[in-house]
Amino acid sequence: MFELLGISPPALFGQLLLGLINGAFYAMLSLGLAVIFGMLNVINFTHGAQYMMGAFAAWLLLGMLDVPFWAALVLAPIIVGLIGVVLERLLLKRIYHLDHLYGFLLTFGLALVIEGMFQWKWGSSGAPYPSPIAGGWNLGFMYLPKYRGFVVVAALAICLITWYAIERTRLGAYLRAATENPTLVRAFGINVPRLITITYGVGVGLAAMAGVLAAPIQQVSALMGTNLVLVVFAVVVIGGMGSIMGSIVTGFSLGLIEGLTKVFYPPASNTVIFVVMALVLLVKPAGLFGQTK
Amino acid sequence: MSVPVMVEPLLKVAGLNAWYGESHILHGIDFEIGKGELVTLLGRNGAGKTTTLRSIMGIVGRRSGSVTFEGRETVGHPSNQIARLGIAYCPEERGIFSSLNVEENLLLPPVVKPGGLSLEEIYRLFPNLEERKRSQGTKLSGGEQQMLAIGRILRTGASLLLLDEPTEGLAPVIVQRIGEIIRQLKERGFTILLVEQNFHFAATVADRHYVVEDGRVIDMVTAADVKQSLGKLQAYLGV
Repeated sequence: MFELLGISPPALFGQLLLGLINGAFYAMLSLGLAVIFGMLNVINFTHGAQYMMGAFAAWLLLGMLDVPFWAALVLAPIIVGLIGVVLERLLLKRIYHLDHLYGFLLTFGLALVIEGMFQWKWGSSGAPYPSPIAGGWNLGFMYLPKYRGFVVVAALAICLITWYAIERTRLGAYLRAATENPTLVRAFGINVPRLITITYGVGVGLAAMAGVLAAPIQQVSALMGTNLVLVVFAVVVIGGMGSIMGSIVTGFSLGLIEGLTKVFYPPASNTVIFVVMALVLLVKPAGLFGQTK
Repeated sequence: MSVPVMVEPLLKVAGLNAWYGESHILHGIDFEIGKGELVTLLGRNGAGKTTTLRSIMGIVGRRSGSVTFEGRETVGHPSNQIARLGIAYCPEERGIFSSLNVEENLLLPPVVKPGGLSLEEIYRLFPNLEERKRSQGTKLSGGEQQMLAIGRILRTGASLLLLDEPTEGLAPVIVQRIGEIIRQLKERGFTILLVEQNFHFAATVADRHYVVEDGRVIDMVTAADVKQSLGKLQAYLGV
């Protein structure tokens, strides 16, 4: 069969695996965006910068305080999430009643400022982060570094835990209800503004955690989030704004589609996601898993 | 207007004004409810009945005047704090959450005080809800959604229930059922402020009626006086 298609199994499986790893990052990042959009009604364009801050936090923790990767995987999202909480309290909460455009301008501007600051301090060439898991498996058709395998499993676990927390717990029910009708939820005695702040902190924390996971694979650099976040926005649009399961499924599948395109028609691999986005929007304007309100 | 003798009103509304954006809706509402009473607000469409409930709950744009609950002033406090004092609100549009199933909808409002109904008691009151507890909240029939909207505020321990047109758009047999439920709730000691368009329904359950017109309370009729005031009431309500 592989001879018929004119490709070698190692190339196919190799790209599929790479696609899966990319998909893991798409899923984690679009998940955070979906959570934030659902609750705040703000499209968080700072997400890529917050992903980058997660990677930097891990790198700085290691370089300055000798904090190992595993501790940074917990600490960095907390630190960056708390910075997110401050941003929400100081700035974002003032624009919820305004048009989406203002949220876009504010979060996009913040991303530029944050990335500019990191670039000014640490340049844009990037710094390496040592892989916390050495070695790899020879799968026959390709060599899989153990760390990359771990990233796929970890991302899947993070996605499923987040899904469970939102769809199956009491706090998640508050969140879903407040997404639909914040006024009524508040009139039941729930402190909705605090719920919004927590949601933003957690969404940002998810981005930062993805950043920490990415640090050993990519160079830690000020602009590492900008390219990624473009694709992630396409993922969110395809999956349906605000849909949790939609983000997870779409994230992983688009990673795979991208990988397959690299095998069959490499020149299209950078654009295939946007082609898919255009096609999906033509057929289902609310996205694959989205609901029109 | 003669107010029956009561010790200390549970809820006292005085000079309540409310605005939505630039429009001034309530122009000094005054009334009070004693503990355990069932009082209705009657009036034509747009008189300000719903806005009065929303103002008590603190979910209008802006309000001034005074609303005291158990002697505590609530104007100036956000709605989540008002709810925690023990006031629960069942909105006209019912506000059932479509992303929550029936049981999640029931369990959504947090318990603010002891003394509320248990989930089992609520299911005994509304057996349909238990049968359909895994269904999406908005997949229920209109009557079931109304029962869900009432049921979910009974768990919280709130002593004052604000019910906004619980019979609107429902079949007569369901209206009757809701009337029975409301009487049972009164017997259990709940204090109820009911907004109703359906005067005949209101007359069967209430102790007293306040008539609202143009954002003011213009009259008060006790249940005992309803018969002799029928002509006057019909003129107010335009029925």
